Amino acid sequence: MTTTTAGLLQLAFYICLIAAAHVPLGAYMARIAQGEKHTRVERLLYRFTGVDAGTEQNWRHYARSVLGFSLAGLLLLYLLLRIQRWLPLTFGRENFPADGAFNTAVSFVTNTNWQWYSGEAAIGHLPQMLGLTVQNFVSGAVGISVAFALVRGFARMGTDKLGNFWVDVTRVSLRLLLPLAIVVATIFVCEGVIQSFAAGHQVTTLTGAQQDIPLGPIASQEAIKQLGTNGGGFFNANGAHPFENATALTNILAIWAMTVIPFSLPFTFGRMVRDRRQGFAILAVMATLQLASFGLAVAAELAHKGTALMAAGGSMEGKEQRFGIWGTVLYGTTGTGTSTGAVNSMHDSWTAAGGGILMLNMLLGEVSPGGVGTGLYGLLVIALLTVFISGLMVGRTPEYLGKRLGRAEMTSVALYILVMPMAMLFGAAITLMLPGGQATLQDAGPHGLSEILYAYTSGANNNGSAFAGFNAASPLHTVGIGLAMLFGRFLPIVFALKLAGSLAQQQRVPATAGTLPTHGPLFITLCLGIVLIVAALTFFPALALGPIAEALL
Amino acid sequence: MIMKSYLHHLLAGLRIMALLTVILGALYPLAIWGIGHVLAPGKAEGSIVTANGREVGSRLIGQQFTGKEWLWGRPSAADYDGRASGSSNLGPNSPELLKTVTGLKEIRGAKAPADALTTSGSGLDPHISTTWAQQQVERIAKARGVETGRVQQCIDEATRGRRLGFLGERTVNVLEANMCLHALGK
Repeated sequence: MTTTTAGLLQLAFYICLIAAAHVPLGAYMARIAQGEKHTRVERLLYRFTGVDAGTEQNWRHYARSVLGFSLAGLLLLYLLLRIQRWLPLTFGRENFPADGAFNTAVSFVTNTNWQWYSGEAAIGHLPQMLGLTVQNFVSGAVGISVAFALVRGFARMGTDKLGNFWVDVTRVSLRLLLPLAIVVATIFVCEGVIQSFAAGHQVTTLTGAQQDIPLGPIASQEAIKQLGTNGGGFFNANGAHPFENATALTNILAIWAMTVIPFSLPFTFGRMVRDRRQGFAILAVMATLQLASFGLAVAAELAHKGTALMAAGGSMEGKEQRFGIWGTVLYGTTGTGTSTGAVNSMHDSWTAAGGGILMLNMLLGEVSPGGVGTGLYGLLVIALLTVFISGLMVGRTPEYLGKRLGRAEMTSVALYILVMPMAMLFGAAITLMLPGGQATLQDAGPHGLSEILYAYTSGANNNGSAFAGFNAASPLHTVGIGLAMLFGRFLPIVFALKLAGSLAQQQRVPATAGTLPTHGPLFITLCLGIVLIVAALTFFPALALGPIAEALL
Repeated sequence: MIMKSYLHHLLAGLRIMALLTVILGALYPLAIWGIGHVLAPGKAEGSIVTANGREVGSRLIGQQFTGKEWLWGRPSAADYDGRASGSSNLGPNSPELLKTVTGLKEIRGAKAPADALTTSGSGLDPHISTTWAQQQVERIAKARGVETGRVQQCIDEATRGRRLGFLGERTVNVLEANMCLHALGK
């Protein structure tokens, strides 16, 4: 079998796996969002913590609960990292410095999983489990909860209630993420991903050299790292490390796990607003962007343009033999198209065009298909903008699913869209202008600019993948990127919830001949155009100086 | 008033986070540990391989082999240090990477495939391509003074097809092949 045939089969296999899960998982998530009954464990949990699970919240209360819950996670994780030396199962690993602990706590609570440190050297098993694994679950659950709240805003009429955050986040963690994680982790461990509480093995190799083989509770963390679109690796090499991603089968399963919830949520949306076609239109936008980016990137990597790669005869620098080019590129485009940021290769060493596509995936605002929850609410915001702009062009009243888009709604949409570019471009620009900023870059010229743009894009989008070729551990970056991650996560959440609040209060206006249908090819095309135009207008100048200049050199 | 509301939400958050930590951070990893040690105990503990009763490495973690009598793996930016996984992170046009590749070509041959000339993402890649393995058969046989057929057999035994027939690439496990070569003797 040729590499191309195998690669195409692998792609087809992946698409079938996603398609098979779309309806059942989407319907299951709608039941989680709309079900009245609490399970026994949940009732115990609410009683024990004194959380009022019976009353629904308006958008302000919902947002305060999101922020309170996330701040609690931030404080606990910060504390764990600062005191890990004195905890069991850490094997003498040092406490994190204050700026580093801040960066890492923010990183995992915001679902970013940017890592300035090297996992195997810096964090012990217990903080990995109690801190990072837990945040991998709940930060993903927060994203899905916010998506539920926004969808309720579309589905409901004449109310200010958006649901109960505590109920949403608990149900998503325990009913959705936990069972899926158990299944995925079981397959991982059967394929060779490790799950051990030992520190490691010291072996003498065949040639008499010493080799230290680190162990850890990885399968459990790896499963939720993908399912919650988190992406933070146990090891420095992330999904390239054989203990995290042992075979081509764990590779495709990881890719499936990253994208299955984001690709199924549009069905949940369609079910909740009682119009499946609306969900299908959203899904079509996501899938088109993902497939296009995969096609372009795989072509770029197979062509292996670049002086060093030409000399080597292939773009294998930073890539693993067991995955090959196709398996690597599919992981790369899904890792950046969702907000996962997991890598099974080193993106810094991809061809300029291939690396540029990965960055573009993030710049599009993570909607192809985006993170768990964030992808859906991000794309719904884009859909509103599409309706608004096309309404302006033809003089139609902008409305979506019978909800009029007035001043209040469009203000939230505009603010939502502006946050990420602000956090990213200002962050990168300020860092470069500060004394010592340029010295942290590994490469000079356009590639150096690409590195820092990639870092802030990754942070502000809560992606977490890196062009690792610069010194991420310097306090300048731990604090700077930390702030970019915070703004990039919580401001959009607040604006999305505010939007949900004003939508829920409206009555539904009946569709007329003047209403733009928001399903079908016309709307899908318009939506795609808006995604690309917003990104192009915002980022073209910065990209022209970085990856575009590099690709043309 | 608003401050009080925020404090209320923070405290509720802390309580619920603590309970979820027990379920998701302790019970869940323990459950997977249990499942792993029932279904695949060797793999859960790192796929450690032994030769003559001695642990010599992990099937999944590459090792450095430089002598002419060994099957050579991929170059490693981490020197196959198990505690320092990682890659060069050098860009596609990097002069430094070009120099390394050109240098390796002189040692490993002008026809050596890309995986023989580039470092892997983990720095611990346990595999090489079948092409790169084939190019080494004659050198290894000569250095060991054995027939090429026996070297070939070792490499064939360490060769795996694509997973499920179409996932990923064909691989030769360098450590497995070398354990077989080691058993051949000089």
